Formats: sequence, C-alpha cells, structure tokens
Amino acid sequence: MMKEKIRTILHEVKDPEIPVLSIEDLGIVRDFFIDDTNTVTVVITPTYSGCPAMDTIEADIIKALEEAGFKAKVKTVLDPPWTTDWMSEEGKRRLEEYGIAAPVKGSADKRTLFGKSPDVRCPHCRSMDTQLVSQFGSTACKALYKCIDCLEPFDYFKCI
Amino acid sequence: MEAKEKYVLRLADNALILGQRLGEWCGHGPILEQDIALTNVALDLIGQSRMLYQYAAELKNDGSTEDDIAMKRDVFDFYNVLMVEQENGDWGKTIVRQFFYDTYNYFLYEALCTSTDQRLGEIARKSFKEIAYHAQFSAEWVIRFGDGTSESHERVQAAVDDLWEFTGEMFTPDEIDLAMTEAGIAPDLNQIAAQWKRKVTQILDIATLKMPESSFMQKGGKVGEHSEYLGFILAELQFMQRAYPGMQW
Ligand SMILES: [Zn+2]
Repeated sequence: MMKEKIRTILHEVKDPEIPVLSIEDLGIVRDFFIDDTNTVTVVITPTYSGCPAMDTIEADIIKALEEAGFKAKVKTVLDPPWTTDWMSEEGKRRLEEYGIAAPVKGSADKRTLFGKSPDVRCPHCRSMDTQLVSQFGSTACKALYKCIDCLEPFDYFKCI
Repeated sequence: MEAKEKYVLRLADNALILGQRLGEWCGHGPILEQDIALTNVALDLIGQSRMLYQYAAELKNDGSTEDDIAMKRDVFDFYNVLMVEQENGDWGKTIVRQFFYDTYNYFLYEALCTSTDQRLGEIARKSFKEIAYHAQFSAEWVIRFGDGTSESHERVQAAVDDLWEFTGEMFTPDEIDLAMTEAGIAPDLNQIAAQWKRKVTQILDIATLKMPESSFMQKGGKVGEHSEYLGFILAELQFMQRAYPGMQW
C-alpha cells in the first residue's frame, strides 16, 4: 500500500527538461525504501555525469514526498551506469509524441569508430529517411537530426 | 599524499582542465552545432571531474569538499597532463587536442572499468559511455578536416605536428602509475600506448595526415610542473572563490 503510494508520487515527478517524462519513465529511480522513522530514501542514478537537471530532480523528489507527509532523502548511485534501455515503452511513446525521437535499441556505446548509425524515425512524419546533423544537441541526452522527407529538424534522444 | 589519492587527482584534473578549456568555446564556435557539441563534451568532463573530486575528498578525509580541491589549489598542486592545458588555437587545433586526448581516455577508462578499486571502477563505467561518444566525435572531425580542403588539411596537420610533443607524457609511467598498475587499480600504460598508437595511426591514415616522426616529448604536468597556460586557466576558473571565499550560488 505504502509502496504503491510512493510509486504514484514518484511518477508525478517530471524531468525538468523533458516534462512529458517522469523520472520513473526515464529509469532514473533505481529503488526506494522506508525505514522505521518513516523516512523514504529514494535511490537515483544520473543520466549523464554532468547532467545539470539532477539537482533539480533531487529537490523535486524531496518536495513531492514531503508534500505527501513523508520525510525524504535522496541517494545517488553510479553503478550500474544508466542506459536508455531502462526507459519505459510508455515513456518512449510520449517522447515521440512530444517531438523527440526515442532511443533506438542496440545502437549503444560500442559503436565508436565507426559502427553503423542508428535508424532513427522522424517524430513528425514517421519517415525512416533521416540524417544526423550533429552528435550533440540542446541537452546532454540529445543529438540533432533532420528528416529528408518532411525536412523538419528534430531532437533524437541518443542511445547510451 | 597517498599514491591513490594523487592518481585520482590526476584523473580529476585532466577532466576539469580540459572541460574548462572547451568551455572557453562557448559562444565562439564556428557554427552553432559545433559550439553546442564542445560545450556538451565540456559538461560531461566537468561532471566526471566532480565524481573524481568527491572520491579524492573522501580519500583525503580532512573535511575538504570537492569544491575545495578544485577551487583552492594553485598551479603546482594540479597534476593534469600538459596536453589538456594547451591553447584552443583554431577549431582544428582544439579538435586534434581532443582527438589525441579522447583516444587515450577511451582506452584508459575502458581498462579502468575493471579496476580492483571498486569506486574507481564505478566512476569509470559511468564515464566510459560518454568518453566513447567523445572519441567518435573528435576522430570523425579529424578525418573531415584532414581529407577536406587544402586549407583544412594544412591547418590540422600543423596542429598534429604542434601537439605531438605532448602525447608522450600520457604514456610515460612514473612511480605513482607503476604502483597503481601493480595494485591492479590502473592498467599498464604501455598497453594503453600500444592501443592508442594503433587507433591514431589508423585515423590519421584515413584522414590523409602524416604522423610526426619526432620523438622529443614534453613532460611535467603529472608532477605539477606546468606550462604558463595553467595559471591563466585557474585565474578564470577560480576567480569567484578567490575573490569571495566560500561564496555559493
Ligand atoms: Zn519527417
């Protein structure tokens, strides 16, 4: 019961940079537990090591839990390192609706020098005929693509 | 200072100083996408340096925080390699510096992922994915420039020749490196050197660039003997904490 309640609260905490995704959708929340003093400890892991949203996320978690009457603490762990494989299917769907192409599975880290680029679907017209413009985008987690069919540029949530 | 603490500081200082250098490009990149790319790489590096400084602070165990270590040491107490403090120069030079360093960092951190030091292993596994992404980015740009126009080729070849003398220090082990290798905490630098050379040879070859033949190498950064650049970098990096000690955002 308590666990379900906390889960619901955490589901309402959004990524400050991509507000359609909850931190649960992103796979940032690794675990949480309640101790004897009724303090909830939420274990989170950063997406990117320099992600400036992590401090905001931590503050938002504590605020949401405190508003629901809990005492709250956040603990950050690094290992195992975050991967886009932990993003929920529901999260991927909402990401695409929001105009950001979802990470393509299997195009992960080892493709350095120079594995194949992932086949990324245009979130506007769903064409697969898309092209990488820049490996880096407006935030640490995104790359910039353009669609050859509808000519729109779009963000791609890069796969790591 | 304990050998492991010093080793962690070397890793941290490399990441911080290169991150700071790349940050200087913010608002000055040749085109918007590349401006954003370098500042993204800078952000990853500074994030990595924070994890390492946090660990160094724990090893130090005298109440120092990550910020104290980053903001209150002077030039002679920084242990980064000379490569990362070199001037940005033109965009080609920044890319070559990045390529030489990223390629080293890639093989180094790949090996650190299996360090016998649990904490260092965790930090390495987190950082490695980001470093792999950087290494791909800088290598692709070296190829684009080298095999590009005659001007881009000349400029990037000049940068390769200029920066070559700073590559040796990354692979020359001193007593700290040897102690870390002995303990299984860090890999053998000779092995990293061989992997680095193979990859750099391959990329320069695709880029139609020549590998310099000179074997003269600079050294000193790892023991706190720096080029004059580092003082200027720190003056900017540490200004707020020097002018207003203990200030917080
Ligand atoms: Zn389209």
